Amino acid sequence: MIDIRDLHVTFDGGVRAVRGVSFAVARGESYGIVGESGSGKSTVLRAICGLAPTSAGHLLIDGKELTSPRSPDFYRRVQMVFQDPYASLHPRHTVDRVLSEPLAIHGFTDHETRIERALTEVGLGPSFRFRYPHQLSGGQRQRVAVARALILEPQVLLLDEPTSALDASIQAEVLNLLDRLRTERGLTYVMVSHDLAVVAHMCDRLLVMQHGQAVEELTRDALRAHQATTPYTQQLLAASEGYKPAPVQ
Amino acid sequence: MTLLTVENLRVTFPTRRGPSEVVRGVTFTLGRERLGIVGESGSGKSQTGRAILGLTPPPGMIAADRLSFDGINLLNASRAEMRSLRGGRMSMVMQDPKFSLNPVMTIGSQIMEALKFHGHSSRSEKKARAIAMLEAVQIRDPERVFRAYPHELSGGMGQRAMIAMMLVTEPDLLIADEPTSALDVTVQIEVLRILDRLVADRGMGLIFISHDMRLVSSFCDRVLVMYAGRVVEELKASELSRAKHPYTQGLLNCLPKLDNDVRPLPTLNRDGAWAL
Repeated sequence: MIDIRDLHVTFDGGVRAVRGVSFAVARGESYGIVGESGSGKSTVLRAICGLAPTSAGHLLIDGKELTSPRSPDFYRRVQMVFQDPYASLHPRHTVDRVLSEPLAIHGFTDHETRIERALTEVGLGPSFRFRYPHQLSGGQRQRVAVARALILEPQVLLLDEPTSALDASIQAEVLNLLDRLRTERGLTYVMVSHDLAVVAHMCDRLLVMQHGQAVEELTRDALRAHQATTPYTQQLLAASEGYKPAPVQ
Repeated sequence: MTLLTVENLRVTFPTRRGPSEVVRGVTFTLGRERLGIVGESGSGKSQTGRAILGLTPPPGMIAADRLSFDGINLLNASRAEMRSLRGGRMSMVMQDPKFSLNPVMTIGSQIMEALKFHGHSSRSEKKARAIAMLEAVQIRDPERVFRAYPHELSGGMGQRAMIAMMLVTEPDLLIADEPTSALDVTVQIEVLRILDRLVADRGMGLIFISHDMRLVSSFCDRVLVMYAGRVVEELKASELSRAKHPYTQGLLNCLPKLDNDVRPLPTLNRDGAWAL
């Protein structure tokens, strides 16, 4: 469904954030991108969305090359959930306004029912409709962000570290929500995270990135079995298990 | 040997709806060991660390039955006494080097400033100690980092520079408040190695405040679990998997695990009684 071929992103000033990344995601699949800060993992998502300049390469969805700027039809099908729910919701817009904006842009008329349905689906319920972001907890805000992305009934969700700003117990709730929505609606996910355990939980396959380049692609089972072939992935796997005292030299 | 004794520590902030107690009767002792304090945001773990150093931001108030550091009563210590202890015999590493280093001073002069306040030594002596300390936190080119400004360093380097600054006075007690959460996992492990070695070599007492159960259980000797301003459970880090309190169990279970994954993830059902 999503086909990325040899993507390059170069920002003004010559920073080459992504240097030749290719991957393909099938319909209904959940695909993870893992890497440390500065590896270009978020930039890949932003490039798909049209938020980062593509300097070379091809981005295809359903076999069709994406146009720049992206068409309204693209945003009906592909939506993004951002990392920090404290920064991605307008502080002076109510939940109702946050959710009606995409509906107005895309010419929907049945705002009322769609907003209530979206809020119910993410486990908040209609009573949250007229609250401001500061009246919500971090987990509730991220649920609103998910509801905003889902209200246009897209087929693809791009998830940029959707739980890294949340406490562990809230992270579990949001991950369960995303998992349930994907099963119910047959959504396709591309999820970026620095946490290997989160990606292993959520994704069928994953790509490890370092310095703007793809290091290796693994299936979930290979990751679980610690069958990483490159030293960098092995290092990440070891680090994700927690602290071990240095070997005595 | 007991380095720090905390008995019934309370931290209160006045709010429009009356006083709000964010730390409610925390009691523990610390020897020359690594003690972890874990809890979620708002559990009072950072405020506990700050209160020990007398860094509770005003208008917050602290009260305790006992708060003593190596025989010194911190409750009635004067501001001057606190200042001479803080940064000298006890210091604190903050979470994010971006906000905790002075952006308009070089790393070198910030480290030397710590030495200026605590002890008397010549400029060249101070510089030598600063460089040696930067080497001790495994900075490859200490001369360059000594002359660098914080914005010229990566997150991991900045964090190491901050640890160097806090340790150059050779404190007996180090409070590290989420010292590695802003860092990448591989850098995180390196920074922990440095702290680990310093605790072992210098016989320092370390309070490691973190929300990361996996990290704390693998790094510390003993763990306090905080919830709503109280210590709900205290246990050996190696026995964390045998935790009795439902909150500790819930925190451990809700993490996705690389091997033997459960779907959906168990979520935490908060019991109102835990906060009482």
